[in-house]
Amino acid sequence: MVNLEDIRTAAASVPDPEIPVLTIEDLGVLRDVAWDDAGGVVVVITPTYSGCPAMAEISNDIKSTLGHIGVHDVRVETVLAPAWSTDWISDEGRTKLSTYGIAPPAPTRRDGPVPLTLVSVRCPQCNSSDTKLITAFGSTACKALRKCRSCEEVFDHVKPY
Amino acid sequence: MTVEDPRTTAVTGLGHYVLGLGDDALVLSERCAELITRSPTIEEDLAISNIALDLLGQARGLLAHAGELEGAGRSEDDLAYLRLDTQFRNCALAEVPNGDFAFVMLRIYLLSEYFILRYAALADSADSQLSAISAKALKEVSYHKLHARDWVIRLGRGTAESAKRAQAALADAEPYFDELFDDTWIHPDLITAGIAVSEAALRDQWQAALDKTLSEADLELPGASRPFSGARHGRHTEHLGNLLALTQSLHRAHPGASW
Ligand SMILES: [Zn+2]
Repeated sequence: MVNLEDIRTAAASVPDPEIPVLTIEDLGVLRDVAWDDAGGVVVVITPTYSGCPAMAEISNDIKSTLGHIGVHDVRVETVLAPAWSTDWISDEGRTKLSTYGIAPPAPTRRDGPVPLTLVSVRCPQCNSSDTKLITAFGSTACKALRKCRSCEEVFDHVKPY
Repeated sequence: MTVEDPRTTAVTGLGHYVLGLGDDALVLSERCAELITRSPTIEEDLAISNIALDLLGQARGLLAHAGELEGAGRSEDDLAYLRLDTQFRNCALAEVPNGDFAFVMLRIYLLSEYFILRYAALADSADSQLSAISAKALKEVSYHKLHARDWVIRLGRGTAESAKRAQAALADAEPYFDELFDDTWIHPDLITAGIAVSEAALRDQWQAALDKTLSEADLELPGASRPFSGARHGRHTEHLGNLLALTQSLHRAHPGASW
């Protein structure tokens, strides 16, 4: 029989459909993996945004990944509380983002979102902090689009949330 | 004579209340979604479609919860697609047509300020699911507000034409303000029990936030409009029926369709 640690490792390896360089564990979307009373597996995930269109896909990916290691009785539960925050993106996840060309989020403030124009963000290409906001709403719900004034590169920024 | 169990009444009332919250998000989401591929710039297209998507996610959570509270087996889709306009509980400000860009941004701004106050209070709701949905939604509507508020100020202090449009948008929106702070559609036990929030109690804070924004935008509330009321009780403007005819037609023609 497959042990829970192996199941957890497999579930944790599922990539995020929108930022495939990150796994759902790097992103902080994977909350828990446990046995249920009937001997099945419960995987608990949390959405990044309320309207995150990737949740159904993530759920299917978890089931098929666990199916590959012979675990078929899988239930994926979505919980909302506590609400996901970019602070949950792991250090490893932040490094992967930078390497991939996406600026990782700064730590959030507890009293609400910071206006993006006031955030100092480093260019993931040349590390210059002379960057400007192009648009607060980028290609996916969690990203804004910025441009580096030093190297002219346009890049995604995971907005602190 | 029948004696109502106050607990049952409050639970029924809670489903009704959560439905109203969900309808606000759903109907505003539909209005924002109408602008996808029609916004003035691609950046704005992305912004408005992101806002629509967040609101839709909030609506899904709220409608699903309302369906569970009702206990009649209705899903979020049943509630969104199979109710008549008279059964919707959203405020009229969410349903009136988009108009020009000034009205689009002003409406998102006004309702975001309102949602922020409501969700901040509901994050502490005694109903744990409502509290969880609200805490999450609060982050999203706060972000929407930053964006829409910037635009209201930019338009108000922009060209003579943009200021004129922003001022006209304000006059168009004002009749719908009073209704936002009307508690008559909320079961009073829910407020006493710390499950729901009194909307009337939010008005001063909302007004103060609005006054500050308008003063930065060099805009003035006309203050002379005749208030509209009744949408929370199912007496909507004629615009909601048109909106629902569009959004519900596919589901009604092909029940259970998916792709
Ligand atoms: Zn650079």
